[in-house]
Amino acid sequence: MVSAVFHSPLEAAPAARGGDKPKARDAGPAPSATTHNMTNPSTIPPAAQAAAPAAPTRAPWDASFLWLAVLPPLLGLGLLALVWELVFMGTGGSIPSPKDTLAQAVQIFSDPFYSKGPNDQGVGWNVLSSLKRVAMGFGMAAVVGIPVGFMIGRFNFLSRMFNPLISLLRPVSPLAWLPIGLLVFKGANPAAIWTIFICSIWPMIINTAVGVQRVPQDYMNVARVLKLSEWKIVTKILFPAVLPYMLTGVRLAVGTAWLVIVAAEMLTGGVGIGFWVWDEWNNLNVKNIIIAIFVIGIVGLVLEFALIKLATAFTFEEVKN
Amino acid sequence: MTSFTTKYIEIQGVAQTFKTRKGPFRALQNINLTVAKGEFVALIGHSGCGKSTLLNLIAGLTTPTEGSLLCANREIAGPGPERAVVFQNHSLLPWLTCFENVYLAVERVFSETENKAQLKARTDAALAMVGLTAAAQKRPGEISGGMKQRVGIARALSMEPKVLLLDEPFGALDALTRAKLQDELLQIVATTQSTVVMVTHDVDEAVLLSDRIVMMTNGPSATIGEVLQVELPRPRSRVALAEDIRYLGYRKAVIDFLYTRQGHVEKAA
Repeated sequence: MVSAVFHSPLEAAPAARGGDKPKARDAGPAPSATTHNMTNPSTIPPAAQAAAPAAPTRAPWDASFLWLAVLPPLLGLGLLALVWELVFMGTGGSIPSPKDTLAQAVQIFSDPFYSKGPNDQGVGWNVLSSLKRVAMGFGMAAVVGIPVGFMIGRFNFLSRMFNPLISLLRPVSPLAWLPIGLLVFKGANPAAIWTIFICSIWPMIINTAVGVQRVPQDYMNVARVLKLSEWKIVTKILFPAVLPYMLTGVRLAVGTAWLVIVAAEMLTGGVGIGFWVWDEWNNLNVKNIIIAIFVIGIVGLVLEFALIKLATAFTFEEVKN
Repeated sequence: MTSFTTKYIEIQGVAQTFKTRKGPFRALQNINLTVAKGEFVALIGHSGCGKSTLLNLIAGLTTPTEGSLLCANREIAGPGPERAVVFQNHSLLPWLTCFENVYLAVERVFSETENKAQLKARTDAALAMVGLTAAAQKRPGEISGGMKQRVGIARALSMEPKVLLLDEPFGALDALTRAKLQDELLQIVATTQSTVVMVTHDVDEAVLLSDRIVMMTNGPSATIGEVLQVELPRPRSRVALAEDIRYLGYRKAVIDFLYTRQGHVEKAA
């Protein structure tokens, strides 16, 4: 279930504008702008692309850019709307039409932050409380998981000690931990946070540990020749070398956490986007369920995108000759 | 002609055996060599003959299976900044600027006795010595291969090491850049009077730079085949030496050893 989130169309995009790449690279002094455009051209609206700092180095207006970066995503969305419309007609209206859903969405988003008691709050509040749970569970997982990953990566003994545990616990669906959380923390909200904590911690431990194990031996030789202190080794060599791996772990963890929170909130109730979906199901308000699906998708996309940006900013060119 | 009488690095009866999946592999055996203070020694041989293994032993990055290595009458127990290494692939930290890469070494060696301004001055001086003052604030990813290797040399020299160990430092560079860096190295070593052990597979490089050329036999169980004393006066000039009869003689001797007596035999797999 994890992988579904990560193969976003964003990753396939860099190939699309291959023609521009060499030119931008020759320009040299704007490396960040180049990577920026190469990573994610499709998500940036065309206007922003043209205004981006790399613009002067690019050839005048490029028709193939429009052809490859704008048209296909629009066609994809169009296809979705078409299938949706067909389903609407085929089911005789039990699934609402795109048009009606859009109208409902406009109405909902015109007042996202109302509050009429705990069971009737605006979609904004629901998303924010879900994000808050993710942030807390995820933050705690980072605080615990990253140092543990460092230790496991650095010391073979610990690695052998914890590997069986991780292999055993990692495949367990995070929701299976929810009853334990309810039992121990005696509350729905901490139990949901606990579930997020459990599901986020594995990718962070594993990626950090792998990152530490893959620090090039050359760098460690430099550390040995210079006889750097353990503190300097960690801050000047290990941490920067592991950072890209760690950020990958963080990205995987956030993706999973966002998947899990919806399910967890369906079970625990309260305020949150998952609970909202379940509540609207009980009200048989299918339009709102579909809107919720889009909201969940868009928030997940934004989280993912933000973390990819963060990762590229901290990834340095691997040392070659 | 300077004569080197003092023993500075002593290698006595060293052998190195690696454990591999197919059983023990004897890379080096019966290595006996002394290097005097201020001497420039080149280790030359075909690839796989264990010259880098020997350099790693002197650096202290590995410990020998047999025999002992001494530097300034003390056993080499591990790596340390007094034996600075310039790695073949430069091994600069890509997230640090050139300045920071050198500063890391300077800080490690001199921070106990000198203040920040002095450390900075040392770093600047090391970069100036290799002609990289302008590139100090660039990251390794933004400079050429030759420049990276220069930073590696600057980093090693900035520590004022007793011994400079060079592991095929110019192997990955194009011929022109290599020649330029060799000339620079000649000048730098003349100024600093460093003791240098350099691994190379380039005959001209060995003859041009070194006082002695240690020629190694083919592995496995490689050992020192022959030692050639290069008695060319310093300072040496590449252009003048190109037609020097003695230079050509030394060159011939090394080539003769490498290709006639130790013609590289591809290992039967």
